[in-house]
Amino acid sequence: MRMPKKIKRNYILNFVGTVLLFLCLFLVFEANVFGSRTEYFKGIATTACYTIIMVASLNLLVGIMGEFSLGHAGFMSVGAYASAIFTNALAEKSVPSFVLFLLALIVGGLAAAATGVLVGIPTLKLRGDYLAIVTVAFAEIIRVAFTNFQITGGGRVMAGIEKLSNFYWVFWVMVACVTVMYLFIRSRFGRTVRAIREDYIAAEASGVNVTFYKVVTFTVSAFFAGIAGAIYAHYMTAMIPTSFNFMYSAEFLTEVIIGGTGSMTGSVIGAAFLSALPEAMRTFAKYRMLGYSVVLVLIMIFRPGGVFGTWEFSLGRVIDRITGKSKEGRSQS
Amino acid sequence: MKRGQETVLKASHLGISFGGLKAVDDFNLEIGESELVGLIGPNGAGKTTVFNLLTGVYQPTEGAFYLCGEKMNGKKPHQVVAAGVARTFQNIRLFKKLTVLENVEVAMNRAAKYSPLAAIFRTPRYWVEEKEMASRAMELLTIVHLENKASYIAENLPYGEQRRLEIARALATGMKLLLLDEPAAGMNPTETAQLLDIINDIRDRFQISVLLIEHDMSLVMKICERIQVIDYGVTIANGTPEEIANNPKVIEAYLGKDDEEEAV
Repeated sequence: MRMPKKIKRNYILNFVGTVLLFLCLFLVFEANVFGSRTEYFKGIATTACYTIIMVASLNLLVGIMGEFSLGHAGFMSVGAYASAIFTNALAEKSVPSFVLFLLALIVGGLAAAATGVLVGIPTLKLRGDYLAIVTVAFAEIIRVAFTNFQITGGGRVMAGIEKLSNFYWVFWVMVACVTVMYLFIRSRFGRTVRAIREDYIAAEASGVNVTFYKVVTFTVSAFFAGIAGAIYAHYMTAMIPTSFNFMYSAEFLTEVIIGGTGSMTGSVIGAAFLSALPEAMRTFAKYRMLGYSVVLVLIMIFRPGGVFGTWEFSLGRVIDRITGKSKEGRSQS
Repeated sequence: MKRGQETVLKASHLGISFGGLKAVDDFNLEIGESELVGLIGPNGAGKTTVFNLLTGVYQPTEGAFYLCGEKMNGKKPHQVVAAGVARTFQNIRLFKKLTVLENVEVAMNRAAKYSPLAAIFRTPRYWVEEKEMASRAMELLTIVHLENKASYIAENLPYGEQRRLEIARALATGMKLLLLDEPAAGMNPTETAQLLDIINDIRDRFQISVLLIEHDMSLVMKICERIQVIDYGVTIANGTPEEIANNPKVIEAYLGKDDEEEAV
């Protein structure tokens, strides 16, 4: 049995769409449309990419599993430092930079995933508020530990990390991460995790090992946060543990909620928009958090499920609608 | 034990106390293959507690229970399901935001084999297994007459259909013993009659045993081969529907004392 035709068509469409988007950005940057500010815009685009990975991975917890995590920056920090230490160790050896970049991502992801398992096993028996508090505590522990470890710079800035993250690579890493998460959600694993979110007692009574699936989801989420951290480290080239603070975690959570809990489309667009916005409005930087809170309050009043709710964008459906073909169809891509 | 030879469920001296309160005491029950047993008793008698014991939600403080000879004490709910016990709930517990079809498919997850990598790369195996799962789920939905509503969101179904969906989901676990906790609660007579047909249909098709808690006496009397009555956690009677209907102890438990009535 092969994959259904319609779904195959949607896969191809989505891929073509992504390539087109990439080509647009590529041409805009290469043609120096922004002149001397091109590098700056590239930077914003890179920031948007790792923020998208962070927000999408957090959405896996908040939207799909239905548990709040207020310590996602902690996993990012683990990924960032682990990958930075790794690439520093390999700096002398002449590893091609693309290979080094991929290795750094994997190391960052695995380190964060391992932390995810360690944190997840004892804490995922907790639910709701209790879990949220534990995740805050976890991120704080990581922050304090990293400010004291010698290997992570001991409270000073850890500088001189190789600049490996360039926008073109990061874009495709982001695409790969979001796709993998999306396909994970649209499989028996995602279905099970969503069932746990709806009713864990009924899930248990349906033969689901609730704790196992929760730990797995937590680990997957941490893994991607670690990848985002690795991108961050090799884009910033210098970092300090205190930047992965509670506010940073809260920012990701805000973006998940604004974008739509449970919607990958919401995470991608929300994160891209919200990470570019403050840069675009540098002059109003002071009012950024104020603006955030106002937007958040408005969304909670008028669209409690977030801008996109649980809706997912599908290029196939859009084309169907334009060409006037069939209207309905499960958005499986 | 009338129908089959094999004992599916055996509970011996099962008991649980919460603090000083003995919620269930010395509970003994044997259910044979494809037998249908009713468990009745006034409100607060401990019926649902028995279900929670038999599904691993509570751990018994006394006694033990066996499924097809295998001891179940100390097993977690999902392990008990794996051994072959499935249940429905007194207050419906569906995966509300999932579709009707997905509700059933979740219960099949245990039997599905494809790996996370197969899911991410959408290998042929993924498509084969997903398709099999969907078609089997549709079969089960047909049994409970919900095949036309497979793509509905579960919470949008009317009450009676939600109850039937719960039964389909329980069936999807591939169990040997089905525990139904007040399946007819809140149903009108037509729906109850339909439910009766469904329960009989299920037993004929899958050769499973059923343990049923129910307040609707006409339903219990109609379909149960054997009835066990408990009150205050203690078994007070055991026998065929006719014996139970005429048992003075049972009549007393239900009607005897002042205005303690059997409400919903």
